[in-house]
Amino acid sequence: MASRNATQTTGFLRRRLQRAAPLLTMVSPVTVWMVILIAVPLIYVLFISFCSTDEAHHIVFAFTLQNYAKLFDPTLLSIYGNSLLIAGLTCLISILIGYPFATIMANSSPFKRTLMMVFLMLPFWTNSLIRLYGWRSILGSNGFINSVLQSLGLITQPLELLYNHFAVVLGMVYVLLPFMVLPIYTVILKLDHSLLEAASDLGARPARRFLKVTLPLTSSGIFAGSIMVFIPALGYFFVSNLMGGGTTQLIGNVIARQFKEAFNWPFGAALSIVLIIITLVLVRAYTKTGGKMDDLGAM
Amino acid sequence: MAKSGQSLGARVRNTAFSALVYLFLYAPIAVIVLFSFNTSRRNIVFEGFTLDWYGVMAGNTQLMDSLVNTLIVASCSTLLSVIIGSLAAVGMYRYRFRGRAAIDALLYIPVVIPEVVLGIALLSVFSLANVPLGLLSMIIAHATFSIPFVVFTVRARLSGFDASTEEAAMDLGANRLQVFSRITVPLIAPGIGAGAMLAFTLSIDDIIISFFTTGATSMTFPLKVMEMVRSGVSPDVYALSTIIILVTFAVVVTSQAIRYRHQKGQEHTGT
Repeated sequence: MASRNATQTTGFLRRRLQRAAPLLTMVSPVTVWMVILIAVPLIYVLFISFCSTDEAHHIVFAFTLQNYAKLFDPTLLSIYGNSLLIAGLTCLISILIGYPFATIMANSSPFKRTLMMVFLMLPFWTNSLIRLYGWRSILGSNGFINSVLQSLGLITQPLELLYNHFAVVLGMVYVLLPFMVLPIYTVILKLDHSLLEAASDLGARPARRFLKVTLPLTSSGIFAGSIMVFIPALGYFFVSNLMGGGTTQLIGNVIARQFKEAFNWPFGAALSIVLIIITLVLVRAYTKTGGKMDDLGAM
Repeated sequence: MAKSGQSLGARVRNTAFSALVYLFLYAPIAVIVLFSFNTSRRNIVFEGFTLDWYGVMAGNTQLMDSLVNTLIVASCSTLLSVIIGSLAAVGMYRYRFRGRAAIDALLYIPVVIPEVVLGIALLSVFSLANVPLGLLSMIIAHATFSIPFVVFTVRARLSGFDASTEEAAMDLGANRLQVFSRITVPLIAPGIGAGAMLAFTLSIDDIIISFFTTGATSMTFPLKVMEMVRSGVSPDVYALSTIIILVTFAVVVTSQAIRYRHQKGQEHTGT
């Protein structure tokens, strides 16, 4: 009796396993991979942010809050300010360029649309460091812009176009612009034109129609684009290295230095937690206002 | 449509605006191509035409090694992420199971989190697990940020997927493996292709994740450029970049032309 029960149970288990087998083969690799290489590392970063280091820069596993206390250092506060200012400006300029561009693209014929999209994305198959380096040749004191202005006699001394906030913001916009254009383009393409016609029929002038109908209907695209531009702009230390030449420090620069030069990993981890919190808050606000996560991966 | 109602003035304004945006995007690329043919070593003024830098480039073993490393990392991480990502996309599309939302959440993390955070997190865990830093650690790291993009592109393709085709094949006696390889894979192939291209692109252009997960002897091309920035990038790097630009332009334009004609053909036959 007992053995029959056991065979029944194993038979039942085998059938369940057989039914689950395709699911397991398809989903377990991604689960194992993402748990080991995303969940565990991030939890470990949180863990070491509460640790300290000894003289040999080894992590000492003893609980401390000193890394978080150090976050309120005055020089760091100015770096956060700088970082937020640059990311904010990058975001704003990307909207001002990206929104009209996305509108023009969406209102073009399908052929022209494909063409515009391809030529928007093409530069991104070329290394971004090299392209930023190209900007240095354009903006430098002996660069293209200064040479032209000088030969025209408009200036006598070369303008300092590199190594300042302006150059860093320009580099950021340059690297991140498509991430603003794509989500906005997607929502404009899905826009219900009958609503626009209704607004016009009811006597709304173009400017009013844009502010009261088009803009609210496309705001989710602007929000998605802003997340995809603002968050990377806080961390892209290579842009500030290349275009700012050390004059502009971003949160990303400080984190990179803790891990590669100063070897104070716990402090770098605490700074990373700050970036994670900023990301979580922004993404939460985005989904709360009806934004879809899939639109963020719209590349 | 708004298009037909556009005045001439508006059209001129739109064209001028788009032209300025493209000028902004392509100006530095033009500079790179131009200076790869420049006789002067200092990339400031164009002095004369030469092809010498292309010869110098071919003889620069460090530069060529970094290119080979970049291609190895990109190919291996693309292959890994395509296999894992495509399987995951099909599994998550077809089955509803506990923990599905959790996997989804894990997949969104690399998309939204700053790369510098992912970079230091992977570096920390590699050092904890004593994984030596080099090509292998970079391949693992690149696959990690590429997998979500493959899942999303394949999933987008699956949303228009007709499950009855698979059922019909099963009814006709095909086993699960046959159904998967003969029906499912061909149906999602365009999604897999797009995902693979995205993964490859993300990998060859990656700077930040590689910066943290590379070893002393496994320099990639972007890291090589980053290293050279302090002392000045020599024109042979411009020559290599020009070749990369030309190859990618050719590949992208051809693949887009094929895709566009294919789509147009589908519209005509009404499918």
